[in-house]
Amino acid sequence: MQFLSFVKKEFYHITRDKRTMFILLVMPIVQIVIFGFALTNEVKNSSVAVLDQSKDSETSALIEEIDASSYFTVKKQLNSYKEIEPEFKKGNIKMIIVFPQDFAEDLKHFNKAQVQLISDASDPNLANTMNSYATNIIMDYQNRINDGLKLPYRIKTEYRMLYNPQLKGAYNFVPGVMSMVLMLICTMMTAITIVKEKELGTLEVMLVSPVQPLKIVVAKAVPYLLLSIVNISTILLLSVFVLDVPINGSIILLVMEAILFTITTLALGLLISTVTDSQQTAMFISLTGMFLPTVMLSGFMFPIENMPIALQVLSNIVPAKWFYSIVKAVMIKGVGIGSIWKETLILTGMTAFFLLLSIKKFKIRLA
Amino acid sequence: MRTLKFLLQKEFRQIFRDPAILRIIFVMPMMQLLFLPMAADYEMKNIKLTVVDHDHSSYSQQLISKITSSGYFKLTDYSSSYNNALHDIEQDKSDLILSIPSRFEKDLVRENEAKIFMAVNAINGVKANLGGAYLGMIIQDFNREVRLKWIQFPKLNPEPTIEVTYSNWFNPLMNYKFFMVPGILVVLITMVGSFLATLNIVKEKEIGTIEQINVTPIKRHHFILGKLIPFWILGLAILTIGLTIARLFYGIIPVGHFYTIYVFAAIYLFSILGLGLLISNYTSNQQQAMLISFFMMMVFILLSGLYTSIDSMPQWAKMITRLNPVTYFVQVMRMVVLKGSGLKDIAPQIFTVLGFGIFLNSWAVFSYHKRS
Repeated sequence: MQFLSFVKKEFYHITRDKRTMFILLVMPIVQIVIFGFALTNEVKNSSVAVLDQSKDSETSALIEEIDASSYFTVKKQLNSYKEIEPEFKKGNIKMIIVFPQDFAEDLKHFNKAQVQLISDASDPNLANTMNSYATNIIMDYQNRINDGLKLPYRIKTEYRMLYNPQLKGAYNFVPGVMSMVLMLICTMMTAITIVKEKELGTLEVMLVSPVQPLKIVVAKAVPYLLLSIVNISTILLLSVFVLDVPINGSIILLVMEAILFTITTLALGLLISTVTDSQQTAMFISLTGMFLPTVMLSGFMFPIENMPIALQVLSNIVPAKWFYSIVKAVMIKGVGIGSIWKETLILTGMTAFFLLLSIKKFKIRLA
Repeated sequence: MRTLKFLLQKEFRQIFRDPAILRIIFVMPMMQLLFLPMAADYEMKNIKLTVVDHDHSSYSQQLISKITSSGYFKLTDYSSSYNNALHDIEQDKSDLILSIPSRFEKDLVRENEAKIFMAVNAINGVKANLGGAYLGMIIQDFNREVRLKWIQFPKLNPEPTIEVTYSNWFNPLMNYKFFMVPGILVVLITMVGSFLATLNIVKEKEIGTIEQINVTPIKRHHFILGKLIPFWILGLAILTIGLTIARLFYGIIPVGHFYTIYVFAAIYLFSILGLGLLISNYTSNQQQAMLISFFMMMVFILLSGLYTSIDSMPQWAKMITRLNPVTYFVQVMRMVVLKGSGLKDIAPQIFTVLGFGIFLNSWAVFSYHKRS
């Protein structure tokens, strides 16, 4: 009974602050839509310029080919090498394709012609990707010329893209955004509400009452858990119906895992609140300490296997990393609990650890 | 002027007497600047490969060793069947399956044509695309070697070939840190600048000390300037520390001038602080302020082109990036640090951000009321 009235009190706290509640419920929707559509590390419509010193039928065919692909848009024709550097410095053009003089002649008579790709490698990833896409287009073109000649000893390669044949960015980002949103909302909100009561002095009032401290703290977490369940459902509905990301596995398993992850993050928020005294500190720890590491070390932005060993080890303590691979496995690969029991166990362990530690650190007495 | 002086004194004391805030302001951003750029590496290496070799011939062996010695792939498993290999992918033990059929060598030699099958985990589309392309190139290369062994080509090229040469400007070593560090520095300045300013004012509201200021004859522009200037200075201090770290730990020395960076940073901080002030005017407690500024920062940072290229976004998202001050600072930082762009090159960015700043700050001044 006592516990229930505490939960009720917390609900009043949240529902009476209309602005906060509105943000809490709308934020995930906006985020999943914006990021689901806009965040992609695909290369699309990169602006390129052409320095064509040959201006023959072959070069114009190739330029057309490049412009027609979804990867590149030819924005500009340059007339000399001198124009390259200022163009890059202005920052719009990302790659310049240089055809030397007599391109078609060379190709016809010597069977060999050259193309130079000059890329703005200040973003090495983009440069790398553009280089390999452009090379592919040029090779395709070359193969089409060669198609008349049947070459002996040919190895044919067949590809199959598993799970995501259209190579949509959302398949990778939806699970990532989901873990990011849950992680941040739950961790930050629980940390802040408890610290707020500390700051205002109302926590003291409750601590001198006969209620057990544990109950006070758990009651704080319950409303956020319910709120997160609402958020989980909206996120899933949006991903299926708006972003066209399927749920291939069991939806019950997925929701259960999401609830487990929410509890982990709530426990983490609890822990933060026990070691801080001001809302500002609590917020900064949960934001700067959680936001960037979650984005960068959970594996959805940057592949973990490329990182230095120290960071790979460090990434293991980021809860979002485990949840991200669970969501990917259940939602997109459609596997069952058999393939993800390890991740589930780790999340459960983390939750227990955070909870125990915060109970131990929770001070009933005021300093 | 005297009023402003006293207000500034008060603000600085408040900031420097709170060790927690100082720690947050200086230590946390620095830790992130040291750790995170190492994480942000998209170069494809160590793609996990499972091989299903039904042929066990000398050609299949040669092909596999050619693939593993390329450096892009890490052979994690030899599997006896495709279904077993698929299981590897389900468990994330493998990214790519290469399946060599049983008559591979015979077909290649006798029938002049052999098939190879490749299945890629495409949840991460880019990784799949690049991984598949690398493997395809290696196989083509191998194909050429085999062909050369069986037929002697005449001296001149028998087939028309287009040779592609590459040159990578501004970052010839393709060091990803050179790209990320300036960007992450922007994030840190933005977070510290806008969050701290917002929270500072809202905290005074929550505790009630703002009432005390409201009943004094302090003019509202004095009050706002008094809040702006300390954080403006803090932001520039963080920028300085960040640039020092970038130089000491990553060896990043801006190709352009430092003053270009500082001129832009000064204007940028002015506008981002204006945003912070504006948020604080429209919120009544720290929790709300945090949520709103956090939400905006998240959108601003993720849609700034810091992590993903703006060119690839849909049209409506590009519109948002144009209204986003962070975009311009990320652009400018990279342009100045990597390409050595000067004030003239970044003039459009300067004027846009200045425009944002004037707009946001005047709005903030007008919407701040001393009456409750």
